[in-house]
Amino acid sequence: MNGVSPRAVVIGASAGALQALSQILPELPSDFPVPVLIVVHIPADRRNMLAPLFQAKCRMLVREAEDKEPAMAGTIYFAPPGYHLLAEADGTLSLSSDEEVLYSRPSVDVLFESAADAYGSNVIGIILTGANPDGAQGLRAIGEAGGSAIVEDPAGAYADTMPEEALKACPTAQVMTLGEIAAHLLKVCPA
Amino acid sequence: MSDIIEDIEIRLLLEALYQRFHYDFRDYAQASIRRRLRQARDQMGFANFSALQEHLLHDDDMLPRLLGYLTVQVSEMFRDPSFFRTIREKVVPHLRTYPSLKLWVAGCSAGEELYSYVILFREEGLEDRTLFYATDISEEALAAASRGIYSLDRIRTFTENHRASGGKSSLSDYYTSAYGNAVFDKSLRDRVVFSDHSLVTDAVFGEMQLVSCRNVMIYFNRDLQDRAIGLFSDSLMRNGFLALGSKENLRFSRHADAFADFVREEKIYQRREQ
Ligand SMILES: C[S@@+](CC[C@H](N)C(=O)[O-])C[C@H]1O[C@@H](n2cnc3c(N)ncnc32)[C@H](O)[C@@H]1O
Repeated sequence: MNGVSPRAVVIGASAGALQALSQILPELPSDFPVPVLIVVHIPADRRNMLAPLFQAKCRMLVREAEDKEPAMAGTIYFAPPGYHLLAEADGTLSLSSDEEVLYSRPSVDVLFESAADAYGSNVIGIILTGANPDGAQGLRAIGEAGGSAIVEDPAGAYADTMPEEALKACPTAQVMTLGEIAAHLLKVCPA
Repeated sequence: MSDIIEDIEIRLLLEALYQRFHYDFRDYAQASIRRRLRQARDQMGFANFSALQEHLLHDDDMLPRLLGYLTVQVSEMFRDPSFFRTIREKVVPHLRTYPSLKLWVAGCSAGEELYSYVILFREEGLEDRTLFYATDISEEALAAASRGIYSLDRIRTFTENHRASGGKSSLSDYYTSAYGNAVFDKSLRDRVVFSDHSLVTDAVFGEMQLVSCRNVMIYFNRDLQDRAIGLFSDSLMRNGFLALGSKENLRFSRHADAFADFVREEKIYQRREQ
């Protein structure tokens, strides 16, 4: 992170996401100083239960992202099922119903690539468990923009493909266990 | 931050597209337009956007190709079935009270949304008194919409959606199968006017009872959204209905006061009496 202050944390996860996120998100305080933007792969025809599910466990506010809303500190935003979530340079969020990317909409790559453009070196990108390669290119983009790239240790991940692919695309990423990720976020984003 | 040279090139490219061809993407939401332009650049094999721009200005067949990347054609019949169920159960009873009706589907893509309305109106006995206006900026999309032919592998989703929306007949009543395609009955187009219309650069359409503009304005920035919503407000009769996509709303719009929530969860609004 080269001492620059983060403007956002972006997280991507697929198979095993709920478990993994349950070990990270509840650790974050209500006044966590930046927004947390999350893509989890879920079928489009489901009502998104993620926000209420995590709101019950978390101290931060948890919501499903809406088009054109400002991304606020202290808030966790989940991409709605069936829509890509993108970060804009002016600090707002956009949704799109573009084609699926690697069979996924929302797609981790789409969120991460837009976050690399919007926030440059001031973003922390985290790839968690999952059984597909989505997110690898996005994490690479974050790394190339000078942002901080973190990957869940594949050895301990519920599904290791997503972290493995992310590490292949972005070999400089830091590898951490879920517990370490939470502690790291608290350290680099002091409330 | 994103590459400064790339930013300049994108701005110049969109300016060229506007000045030369009058397609105005300058105020679209930046993140997705950048993504789509990068796709165009890479897939067409240009080293950078300046090279792409040169071809756009000097090569006649570049424009349609580039527009193919810039206009997203993702749609479904009876997309979000609960939305169409609400139109059927809550909006149609109001529409019945008018002797004649006008419905505008703005950003109709290849026609999936339009045919959903025509079929629904036929099932509800309103088709004969309705004029349907279907508009888009993509000529290709409009041509596809006026053909009404969809690949059979999409029909299963369409059929499930139609049923879940409260469909009163079988979707197969409206098409015949041929060579892997579903060809929708041309009588569905008897009362449809297709036309090229941009929400960014073109003017109002008059006196509608219902305007449906779903999943189009997410591609706009806030200023453009305001312009489009202003158009809709001016195009609607008093108490006319505005229907947006399931993740769109008027919350951030300058014109929010001109509308009241009609069915909030389905993003259906009603124009207030002024
Ligand atoms: C994602 S599709 C939405 C299709 C359909 N309304 C739906 O919800 O399924 C977006 C459509 O908006 C059209 N569009 C983009 N810019 C437009 C503009 N300025 N005016 C009118 N239509 C536009 C595109 O060509 C495309 O057909």
